[in-house]
Amino acid sequence: MTSWLVLIRPGDWAILLLASLVVGLSIPTFWQGGLAERAIIRQEGQVFADVDLQTRRRLSVPGPLGNTEIAIEPGRARVLSDPGPRQYCVRQGWLLRPGEIAICAPNRVSLQISGRTKVYDSISY
Amino acid sequence: MTRSVTEQNKHSAPAPAVTELTVTAEDRRVAWLATAAVGLSLVDAAIPSPLPGVKPGLANIITLVVLARYGWATAVWVSALRVLAGSLLLGYFLGPGFFLSLTGTTLSLLTLGAAHRLPVRWFGPVSQSILAAFAHIGGQLLLARLWLIPHDGVFLLTPLFAGAALVFGTLNGLIAAKLLADTPAPESRP
Repeated sequence: MTSWLVLIRPGDWAILLLASLVVGLSIPTFWQGGLAERAIIRQEGQVFADVDLQTRRRLSVPGPLGNTEIAIEPGRARVLSDPGPRQYCVRQGWLLRPGEIAICAPNRVSLQISGRTKVYDSISY
Repeated sequence: MTRSVTEQNKHSAPAPAVTELTVTAEDRRVAWLATAAVGLSLVDAAIPSPLPGVKPGLANIITLVVLARYGWATAVWVSALRVLAGSLLLGYFLGPGFFLSLTGTTLSLLTLGAAHRLPVRWFGPVSQSILAAFAHIGGQLLLARLWLIPHDGVFLLTPLFAGAALVFGTLNGLIAAKLLADTPAPESRP
């Protein structure tokens, strides 16, 4: 073991430490909130469905204007169609990252992606 | 590096030209070292990996030894030949893997060119290897983001790749340092 240790020069230790720091810092930087794992669908503020982003499936959520169609695929989800006039939630397309949300306000339906940990879009004191 | 004699024959005699290549000792040395590097690339490819892209990069041991013994220019030659011949043998020449390999190798060679100039008393092959490994994954991630998978989701792999670069960079650097310490005479190697 010692014969290997002498091969590491003083500066090498500094580089090793620096590289470890980079690896350590990359984890919170790139893994904030983890991977997209679940989709939470709310209607009138109440949880309508909480589904795993594992299998391909479709959901139909009834609201005051009609049905909002939601597509679930492995790792992503989107609003396929909505009876609302402006189609903002449909045009958002696929939601992939934890914390992303599509809100179909006129029909009072929302689709949110969640991961292992909660991601805040704002913090108040 | 090699000079073709065909050119001279063309002017003097219209007779069937015999292509003769003058092979220098330097050429032979580069060829041998590149062969060793290609061999290690094949070993690398045979090692099962849990994630595509995470590889020990054993051929870089050769690059580090060549850099220390014969300088940066020879290291570039050996690496370029290794990427070319390795991709031909493994069947990914001009495929996405080839360009990933090329980008990673180019960036790590540039980094080695700079790291090579650090004070030798303080920074050895271990430093060079770690820095080159990080340059390698950095280049590959950027190319993957720009070309192969144009989505920020690629960067979710960064911590894994960085961890692999740290571990394998250190190990390869140690092996290269050991090889250099065990074979002291510069001209004893082919």
